[in-house]
Amino acid sequence: MTALNLKRTVLELTVKNHPGVMSHVVGLFSRRAFNVEGILCMPVPDTDTSRIWLLVNDDDRLEQLIKQLQKLQDVIAVQQHGAAHDVFVRLETFFNA
Amino acid sequence: MIQETGANIIVHLLERQGIRIVTGIPGGMNLPLYDAFSRSTLIKHVLARHEQGAGFMAQGMTRSTGQPAVCLATSGPGATNILTAIADAKLDSIPIICITGQVPVPLIGTDAFQEVDTYGMTIPITKHNFLVRNAAELLTVIPEAFRIALSGRPGPVLIDVPKDVQNQTVTFEAWPEPGQATPTPAADPKDIAAAAQLINQAQRPILYLGGGVIHANAWETARALAEKAHIPSVMSLLGLGVLPAHHPLSLGMLGMHGARYANWALEECDLLIAAGSRFGDRATGKVAQFCPQAKIIHLDIDASEMDKIKKADIRVLGDLRDTLASLLPKIEAQDRTAWLTRVEALKKEHPLYPEAEALDPAGLIRTVGRLLPENAIVATDVGQHQMWTAQNYPHRQPRCWLTSAGLGTMGFGLPAAIGAALANPDRIVVSFSGDGSLLMNIQELATAVEENLNVKIILFDNQALGLVHQQQDLFFGKRYFASNFKFRTDFVKIAHGFGLRALTLNGSTEPEFLLEEALRTEGPFLIHVPMDVHDKVFPMVPPGAANKDMLGGDSHDRA
Repeated sequence: MTALNLKRTVLELTVKNHPGVMSHVVGLFSRRAFNVEGILCMPVPDTDTSRIWLLVNDDDRLEQLIKQLQKLQDVIAVQQHGAAHDVFVRLETFFNA
Repeated sequence: MIQETGANIIVHLLERQGIRIVTGIPGGMNLPLYDAFSRSTLIKHVLARHEQGAGFMAQGMTRSTGQPAVCLATSGPGATNILTAIADAKLDSIPIICITGQVPVPLIGTDAFQEVDTYGMTIPITKHNFLVRNAAELLTVIPEAFRIALSGRPGPVLIDVPKDVQNQTVTFEAWPEPGQATPTPAADPKDIAAAAQLINQAQRPILYLGGGVIHANAWETARALAEKAHIPSVMSLLGLGVLPAHHPLSLGMLGMHGARYANWALEECDLLIAAGSRFGDRATGKVAQFCPQAKIIHLDIDASEMDKIKKADIRVLGDLRDTLASLLPKIEAQDRTAWLTRVEALKKEHPLYPEAEALDPAGLIRTVGRLLPENAIVATDVGQHQMWTAQNYPHRQPRCWLTSAGLGTMGFGLPAAIGAALANPDRIVVSFSGDGSLLMNIQELATAVEENLNVKIILFDNQALGLVHQQQDLFFGKRYFASNFKFRTDFVKIAHGFGLRALTLNGSTEPEFLLEEALRTEGPFLIHVPMDVHDKVFPMVPPGAANKDMLGGDSHDRA
C-alpha cells in the first residue's frame, strides 16, 4: 500500500437506521474528495440506530469533514478514535490476499 | 380517528404550515397530489412552464419574504429539471421545500417509465431529503422537512413521494403540529467578550456582512453595531441591502467585481468582522492575500464555516441576531475619525463608474433605481448585468435583492421575479437580465402573463454571453469562441408573442421617459436595451489573483 506512512484515524458514527443513511455518509466523503480507507456498518441491537465505523486519513481536512458529518440530519453522534483502535485491526484476517 | 390519503395529508399539512401558493408542473407520478391540490380552498397553484422555473419561483417567494415556499415536480424529467433550482437554493441557504412524485414503491429500482433516483441525486444538493415509503410517514416527514429547512443555517429539503403512497389511505389520531425552526443555542459569552475586546481595540476595523445577516433577520442590529462604533462595512453579493447603498458607512460590495475602494480598504484594515458570510472565493480573491493586515472575527451559525477558508482569531458560533444583540452593548461608541477619513479618501480616489451616461448599463441601472419606490424588489440573472446591478443599483432594504450568488445560475432572474411578485402582489418587481440568461428560462414569460404580475424585465442585449466574452477578451487573447450569438433574436417580437407589452430603447432620444412610462404601466413589461458587446464589468480580479490586483482597479498607481 502506498498510503502506509499517512496518519490514520478511526471515526465512530451513530446514525439513524434507515435506507439512505449510508449514501449520505459516503456521498459526503466523495463530494469533498476525501478518501475512506475502510467502512463498516451494522445496526445497534434493540435500537433504531446503526453504528458506522470509518477508517480515514488524518490530514488537515479531517476537522472540516467531521463538522460536515455532524451537520447530516441522520448522524446523531461522531466520535474520533486514535488509529490504534482495534475495530479494523481485528477484521484484517477477512481481508488477507 | 382521521382517515386520509397521502395526497390529502400533504395538502392539509402544507395548509397548516401557512403555505398559500405552490408552484409546479403536474405529470403522471404526482397526479394524485395535484388532484388533492385542486380541492384546496387555501392554496393557489401557479403553473410554471418548466420545473426549473417552478423551483426559482419558490426561491423568489422565499428570498423576498423569508418564509419557506413549496414547489412541485413529477418523477423522472420533472425531478431532473428542478435539480438546478434546488442546488441554487443550497448554495445560497434558501429554505424551499420541493415535493416530487415518484414511481410506485413496487416499481422502484425496475427502471420504470420516468423513474430516476431522485433521492440519490439530491443528496449532495439538499440540506436533507426524504423518500417516503408509507403515507403514515408523511405525518412526521412534512413537519420535519420544514423544521430542518428553517433551523440553524437554512437550506432546501426535498421530499420524494411515490404515487401509491399518495393514493394510500391511512388512519391516524391527530394532525401533527406545523414544523418550525429549532432555536439555536446562544453563543458562548466568553467568545462574545473576546470579540468585543478585539473590536474595541481595533484602529481600522471593517464589517463584512453576508447573506446570513438577512437570513437571521439581523440587519437592524448589524446597522446599529456599525453606527455605534463607526465601522465601515463591505457586503457580499448576498449581503447587499443590509446597509443601504448610500449609507455613509457602506463600502458596497467587495471582491472580484466589488467597489475598488472596498477592496483597497480591506487591504488596510486591521480587523475584519465577518458576519454571516462564508469567505466565498469571488469575495476574497486569493485567500492568502485577503486582508493581509487583519485579525479575523467570524460570527456564524454554521460551525463548519469556521476556519473552512480563513483561520479566524475569534469564532462566535450562534444565531447572528442573538450574537449581534449580545455584542452591541459591549461595543464602545467610537468616532474613528482617522480611519473614516482614510476610507473617504479611498472612495474619492477610486470611484465606481464616475462617467456613467444615461444609456450605459451603469447609468441606466441608476436611473431605474431613482425611479423605483423604496420597497421595489430587484432580481437579476447571472453575468455582466448582474454585476452592474450589484454595483450601481441603490440597494435600500434587505430582502429586496434576489440574485443567484453561490451557484451563479443563468435563468434565475425571471422566475425568481415571478415568485417575488406572487408573494408581494402590492409591490413592483424589476428583473435585470441579459440576452444569454433570459433565453435560459424565457418560457416563464407565459407564466408572468397568465398571472398578470407586475414584473418588469430590463433586458441588456449585447447579442453575446457577455461575461464569457469579457474573459476571452482579457485573458484568452481576444479569441472569442462560442460567446457571440450570430443570429439576432427579436426580443420585442418574442415578448409580444407571449402577450407582454414590450419596447426597445434602441435609438430613443428620451430613454428615461420611455423607462418611466414602462415602469408605471401595470402588468408585465419587457424593456429591451441594446448595448455594446465590448462594454465590460470593472473592476475585475483575474480568477485566482488577489483582490489588490484587480483590473480597471488602478493598482499600477499604487506601487
